[in-house]
Amino acid sequence: MSETTPNADRDETQRSTAVDPADPADPTPVPGETDGKFGRYGGQYVPEALMPAIEELTDAYQRYVLENEDGFMDEFRRRLREFGGRPTPLQHAERLSERYDRDVYLKREDLLHGGAHKLNNALGQVLLAKYMGKSRVIAETGAGQHGTATAMAAAHLDMPCEVYMGERDINRQRPNVFRMTLNGTTVTPVTAGRGTLKEAISETMRDWAGSVEDTHYVIGSVVGPHPFPAMVRDFQSVVSEEARRQALETIDELPTDVVACAGGGSNTMGSFAAFLEDESVSLHAVEAGGSDLSIDEAAGVAPNSASLYAGEEGVLHGARTKLLQDAHGQIVESHSVSSGLDYAGVGPELAHLADEGRIHPAAVDDDQALEAFHLLSRTEGIIPALESAHAIAYLETVAGPENEGEADAESEVGSGSETAGQEADALGDAVVVTVSGRGDKDLESVIEETAARDIDGAPDMSAFTGGI
Amino acid sequence: MVDDAASDDAGVDPEPAAGGVEPAEDDGPTTGNSEAIARAFADGPAYIPYLAVGDPDYESSLEYVEALERGGADLIELGLPFSEPIAEGPTIQGAVVRALEGGMTPDRFFEFVEELDVDVPLVCMTYYNLIYQWGEASGPRPFVERAAEAGLEGFVVPDLPAEEADPLRDACDEFGLDLVFIVAPTTEGDRLDRIMSRVSGYVYVQARLGTTGAQDDVSDRTAASLDRLREYDVPKAVGFGISAGEHAERIVAAGADGIIVGSALVDIVAEGAEADRSAETVADRLEALSRELVEGADRGYRARSPTADSR
Ligand SMILES: Cc1ncc(COP(=O)(O)O)c(C=O)c1O
Repeated sequence: MSETTPNADRDETQRSTAVDPADPADPTPVPGETDGKFGRYGGQYVPEALMPAIEELTDAYQRYVLENEDGFMDEFRRRLREFGGRPTPLQHAERLSERYDRDVYLKREDLLHGGAHKLNNALGQVLLAKYMGKSRVIAETGAGQHGTATAMAAAHLDMPCEVYMGERDINRQRPNVFRMTLNGTTVTPVTAGRGTLKEAISETMRDWAGSVEDTHYVIGSVVGPHPFPAMVRDFQSVVSEEARRQALETIDELPTDVVACAGGGSNTMGSFAAFLEDESVSLHAVEAGGSDLSIDEAAGVAPNSASLYAGEEGVLHGARTKLLQDAHGQIVESHSVSSGLDYAGVGPELAHLADEGRIHPAAVDDDQALEAFHLLSRTEGIIPALESAHAIAYLETVAGPENEGEADAESEVGSGSETAGQEADALGDAVVVTVSGRGDKDLESVIEETAARDIDGAPDMSAFTGGI
Repeated sequence: MVDDAASDDAGVDPEPAAGGVEPAEDDGPTTGNSEAIARAFADGPAYIPYLAVGDPDYESSLEYVEALERGGADLIELGLPFSEPIAEGPTIQGAVVRALEGGMTPDRFFEFVEELDVDVPLVCMTYYNLIYQWGEASGPRPFVERAAEAGLEGFVVPDLPAEEADPLRDACDEFGLDLVFIVAPTTEGDRLDRIMSRVSGYVYVQARLGTTGAQDDVSDRTAASLDRLREYDVPKAVGFGISAGEHAERIVAAGADGIIVGSALVDIVAEGAEADRSAETVADRLEALSRELVEGADRGYRARSPTADSR
C-alpha cells in the first residue's frame, strides 16, 4: 500500500462540515452535547464583560458555520484548499507497519500550510471574525504553531493580529516567533507564572475583556467557553472526514484505531470527530506524560501535561473540564518537552468522551516522545513535531519490538500498563496516526533535549550542540 | 477586583439619581439576604475597599484590613487568591502571587476571616474553581456553608456569569449570604434583566472594559451604566479603576451608591513589600487613602443631594 494521492473529486474540503440533522452520516453531532455542555463538562465560566461577545459568537457560529449562511463554509473550504493545501494525504508508513506488525497510516497534517493542523481552525476563525465585522484578532500560542497559523490567516485575510506567548515558550520556539513577525503580527511576551500556554491564554482573555467590542479571540484549541470547543472541533473535523474517506477509498474499510496527541485537544477532536459514531474504531488520545505522572502539591507543579489522564474536574479558562490542580483547586504548572502539549487543562468534550469510555486516554513520557521523534525521522523521512511524536511513541509503547506484551513495564510514566493507559494489544491491524505537525520548529529543543538524555536511536548530536 | 471611572464627564449627570440613594430600603425581589450588607448602603455612599488576603503575609494582611475599617470602610471585599485570576490586571495579579507564595489557602482564608477584628460586613471575592473544589462533597455548598460559619456575608465571583450561577445562588440562599454579580459596560437588555433578577446584596458596576487596575481618570461609560441600572432597586457599587478621592466624588455624584477600590490600595501594599516598609507604615497609608476616598464620596453625595447630610 502506498501513499494515497489526493483526489480532487473526493476532496473532503468541498464537503460541508456543518451539522446537518437530516444527514445521518454527518460526523459532527456529538452524544451528550446540549447547550454548550458535554455531559457535565463545558459551559461558559467567563467574566460578564465577555458574555455579550460570547453570545454574539454563538449566534455567528450557528449561522455561518452550522448553517453556511452567506456561503461561509464554502469560502472556508475553498481557502483551506487554495491557501492551506488541503486535502492532506493519508500515507501508508512502510517501516512503521513492519516494525509494529500491522498497517500504520499517517494522516499528514504536517503537510498543511504552516506545518501543523492548526491552520484549519485559525483560518476558520479569522474568516468568521471577518464575517462578524470584527477589525482585529488576538490569539494565544504555546508552541507557536497556533500563533503562526493565526498570523498567516490574518495576513491572508488582511486582519491586524496580536499574539500572546509565554516568555519561556518564546525562548523555546524562536523560529515561530520570527515567522509571526514576518506575517505582520505583533508577538507580546507573557511573563506571569512559568510563561507557558496557561498564562498566555489568561493574558489573551484579559486583552479580550478590554477589546471585546471590535476584537475576536481566535482560541487555539477545543478549550475555553462555549461555543469555542464545538466550533474549533468543527473547523478541525476536516482531518477525520478526509482520513475516513481516504481509508475507505484505499483500504476499503475503516481503520481499527485512530491515534492522536492531545494537548488542549484540537488535533485529537479533529482526528476523532468523523469516527465518533463508528463504534468499531478505537480512539486513542495520547497526552504528554512529561517526566512523571504525579503532581507535586508543595511545589505546585505537575511534571506532566496529562490532564485527561491524571487530572481532576474543575473550572478553568471558561470551561468545566479535567485539570491539573492541587487539593485546594489552584491550577498547577504543567510540563512537557513539547510546548504545544504543555497545558494544565483539556477540552471539555474530550473529558466527557473519556468518562463515557468512547476514547482511551494514554500518556507517554518525554524520553519516549524524543525516541519516537528520531524513529520517524530516521525510518520514514518525516521529521515530526514533538507533539506529534507522542502519538508515534504510543505505538512503540504498545506494539514496539521491545514492549510486546508488557506495554510500559519499564516506562517511567505509569506504575503499570493500566495506569498509563497502554495495554498490550490495545491496537488493531489498521491504525491511523495523525502527524499533527512537522518538527522544524523543534530542532533546537531536540538538539538540547537529546544531548541531555540517553535517547535510543538518536544520531550523534555533538556537531550541533552550538545550534544549527 | 476593583475599580474606576471616568473622564470627560460628558456623560456624568450631576443631577440626583432618583431612587439611587437609599436603595436597600424597599424589599423587592432583589433585596439581599444579608442585613449587614443592606445596612452598609443605608446611610450615604458605601466605601468598599478590596485587598487580597495574605498579601504579602498573613499577619500584615490582618493589620491592613483592620486599617481599612479605621479609614471608613462600610463593607470589605476580601480576595481569596486563585492561581489564574483572569479578570485582574498586573497590580492584583502581583498581590495574588505574593499571597500564594506567603502560603494562603482557602482554609487559612477562613481562619483569617474568623480572626479579623472588624465590625463591617465581609464579602469573599474569588474564582469559581476554589469554591467548587472545597470540601468533600462536590459543588459550591460546602464552601458556602464554611463561609457562613466564618462570618462572611456574600460573594463576588468574577468568572461566574449569571448563566452558570444557579448552584452557588441556591447555596447562598440556603445560608443567608448574598451573591453579587458584576455588570459590565457591555451588559444590556435581556442580559441585564437576567442578571438583575438574580443579584443580591449589591450590584458591582464595572466602570470600564478590561481588567482591574488603578486609572488616572474616570471612565465616561460609568454614567451610562448607572443610567441603565437606575430602574433596578439594588445598591449600585462602582468599581474598576478608582484611585483617588476626586474619582470617588464624581462617581457618587453620578448616582453610585458605593465605590469599590482595590488596585489603588494594593499598590500601597505592593510598594510596602518592595521597599520593605513596616506593616504599621503601610497600614497608615491604607487608612489615609481610605479617608481620602470616603471624603470624596461624601462630597459627591452632597453635590447630588445638597440637603443630604451624609455620615
Ligand atoms: C503540531 C501540534 N500538535 C498538537 C498540538 C496540541 O494542540 P491540540 O491538542 O489542541 O491539538 C500542537 C499545539 O501547538 C501542535 O503544534
